[in-house]
Amino acid sequence: MKTDIILCGVGGQGILSIATIIGEAAMNENLYIKQAEVHGMSQRGGDVQSNLRISSDPIASDLIARGGADVIISMEPMEALRYLPFLSKEGWIITSSTPFKNIPNYPDMDVINADLAKLPHVITLNIEQMAKDNGVPRSANVILLGAAQKALGIEYEKLEDAIRRVFGRKGEAIVEANIKALAIGKANS
Amino acid sequence: MLGDEAIALGALHAGLSGVYAYPGTPSTEITEFIQGSPLAKERKVRSRWCTNEKTAMEAALGMSYMGKRALVCMKHVGLNVCADPFVNSGMTGVNGGVIVLVADDPSMHSSQDEQDSRFYGKFAMIPTFEPSNQQEAYNMMEAAFEYSEQQNLPVLMRVTTRMAHSRAVVEVKSEARQQNELNYKAIAANWVLLPANARKRNDAVTAQQKQLEEDAVNSIYNIYCDGQDKSMGIIASGIGYNYVNECFPKGSPYPVLKISQYPLPKKLVRRLLDECKKVLIVEEGQPFIEDIVRGVSESQNIMGKLDGTLPRTGELNPDIVKKAFGIESDQCFDSCADVTPRPPALCMGCGHRDVYTALNEVLREYDNPRVFGDIGCYTLGFLPPFRAIHSCVDMGASITMAKGAADAGQWPAVAIIGDSTFTHSGMTGLLDAINENANITVIISDNLTTGMTGGQDSAGTNKFEAICRGLGLSDEHLKVVVPIPKNMPEITQIIRDEINYKGTSVIIPRRECMQTLQRHLKQKKEAK
Repeated sequence: MKTDIILCGVGGQGILSIATIIGEAAMNENLYIKQAEVHGMSQRGGDVQSNLRISSDPIASDLIARGGADVIISMEPMEALRYLPFLSKEGWIITSSTPFKNIPNYPDMDVINADLAKLPHVITLNIEQMAKDNGVPRSANVILLGAAQKALGIEYEKLEDAIRRVFGRKGEAIVEANIKALAIGKANS
Repeated sequence: MLGDEAIALGALHAGLSGVYAYPGTPSTEITEFIQGSPLAKERKVRSRWCTNEKTAMEAALGMSYMGKRALVCMKHVGLNVCADPFVNSGMTGVNGGVIVLVADDPSMHSSQDEQDSRFYGKFAMIPTFEPSNQQEAYNMMEAAFEYSEQQNLPVLMRVTTRMAHSRAVVEVKSEARQQNELNYKAIAANWVLLPANARKRNDAVTAQQKQLEEDAVNSIYNIYCDGQDKSMGIIASGIGYNYVNECFPKGSPYPVLKISQYPLPKKLVRRLLDECKKVLIVEEGQPFIEDIVRGVSESQNIMGKLDGTLPRTGELNPDIVKKAFGIESDQCFDSCADVTPRPPALCMGCGHRDVYTALNEVLREYDNPRVFGDIGCYTLGFLPPFRAIHSCVDMGASITMAKGAADAGQWPAVAIIGDSTFTHSGMTGLLDAINENANITVIISDNLTTGMTGGQDSAGTNKFEAICRGLGLSDEHLKVVVPIPKNMPEITQIIRDEINYKGTSVIIPRRECMQTLQRHLKQKKEAK
């Protein structure tokens, strides 16, 4: 198997913790992993992305080529569109529907939604609201991960196990909140 | 693990005794990893942040002099700061192994230029290693320490952003090598670079270059991989090698020479040139190998960055390298025209914001004010809504440039510099200004940390007033303020008074960085 994933959002939205869970699940399956991250200046409220590649065969490039990504997981709707040239024609976009407006010229949301609607495989979720409504306010990003599970080609239970390992240190309550969030995302995909 | 973490662990497993570094993207995580490592703690590996790259390099040389293994880490422009000890470490040689790890930043993700550190290695006659992936980086650390001690020279380890900040699974040794014992084998005559001694060392190191090149020819990291199709050969180094492999998932049809150890193994290059009709050189950074291979020839058979086959600037990626081979990229969507840029910005609530607000308000009262900026988060003050600075060149240049401008007759000449940048390279410039009582106003915007790189300890915290006084500044023109909106009338009045004062003054707005504040609050909450 081979899955190329672009994780994106705005600096500080927590895309790297999604990457950590996927990476943990992949490593436990003895898959090869490469994950290019962005550190430094753009973490200050700028656009950030991470290229995450998992495969049963060795991976050469740290970066995904144009048209190569199977999935874009985005914490922000306009950011999902920023990496469109990297998405494969049959690829999936799984994105939060809530805009992060820290720039004066943020486009009209109708325009962004129309652009997303033109694409063949898109899941848009109001993850912040869903997280609040379900009593897991700090696990919105894991809801997104749950919604992306099928597109990622990783078994649901493997992601659950990975969450247990990644969050285990932080206590049972946090583990359970994230497992609940994963289930909510899955149910809405 | 992250490439930077693989490097750090490789160094620890190779018997490291000290890491010396100043934070700089993309090298910061190496030292941070060592600072958090239980093995490093157990072995008492020295790991505190240094004031700048020059102090780091010199301290590492001192540790090496006593026989122990030392690592120096920096970003590419940091090598300019420590160029003096770096180049001369080639002259002195080493006793305990020294690795100078430099992380280059092609495409300037977080830097002011794209300089390629391999030129420094050649210039200083120091062997250079350049890993292609995280596993190789880990393995190379021990090999490079061994080689450093074997050749009695420091080793330059060059990585780039995509190596440093990319994760992969790395297999590591189960046992760490013992640290070196203190020894007195360093020969003083080699280390006292009086002309008479230095001439001898210069001759010796120059003569040694032949051996270094031969070692590069036989290095396990420089691999000549034959291919059926001799219509083209490929020379690939560092990250460039990965993109070549990405183009040929089933293996390259062309011979590939992978370069990861320098001086350039010319014998291997000649073999490729002899066997293949033409050669494509794929290297991340500036055309270092290509320049050597081309020499003065105008051959059409050498392709790379200098003939436009690959872009001359910016980092490589799989699409660029595919194009060079004439391989079509996959079908893809057009970029979305409605997406607008989202540049980085100062955090909400950041003290630098209040400093710029106050400064802008005061400077509106003057004709042609000039504000000389520096390197750090506050460089973002160039962007809207502040548009507050007129220059940013290198660490510490704000103060010295403001002084030069004042010398030229400019008034108001304001320098704005962060606390960590001030101790890195601003103090000496301030002494120059104070000695002439230059008509400048220096703002040391103190957020109690090295913010841009993620909040590392800042060398001068709690010492800035004392430093300024020590440099000869009078208390009358040394002002400390708290940059919050409530204090705006006080701050603007102080800035106005100090600009109007005909001489050197320093204003220190001091408030903790929002990033570290949030981290500290969280730690407190968790402790409860």
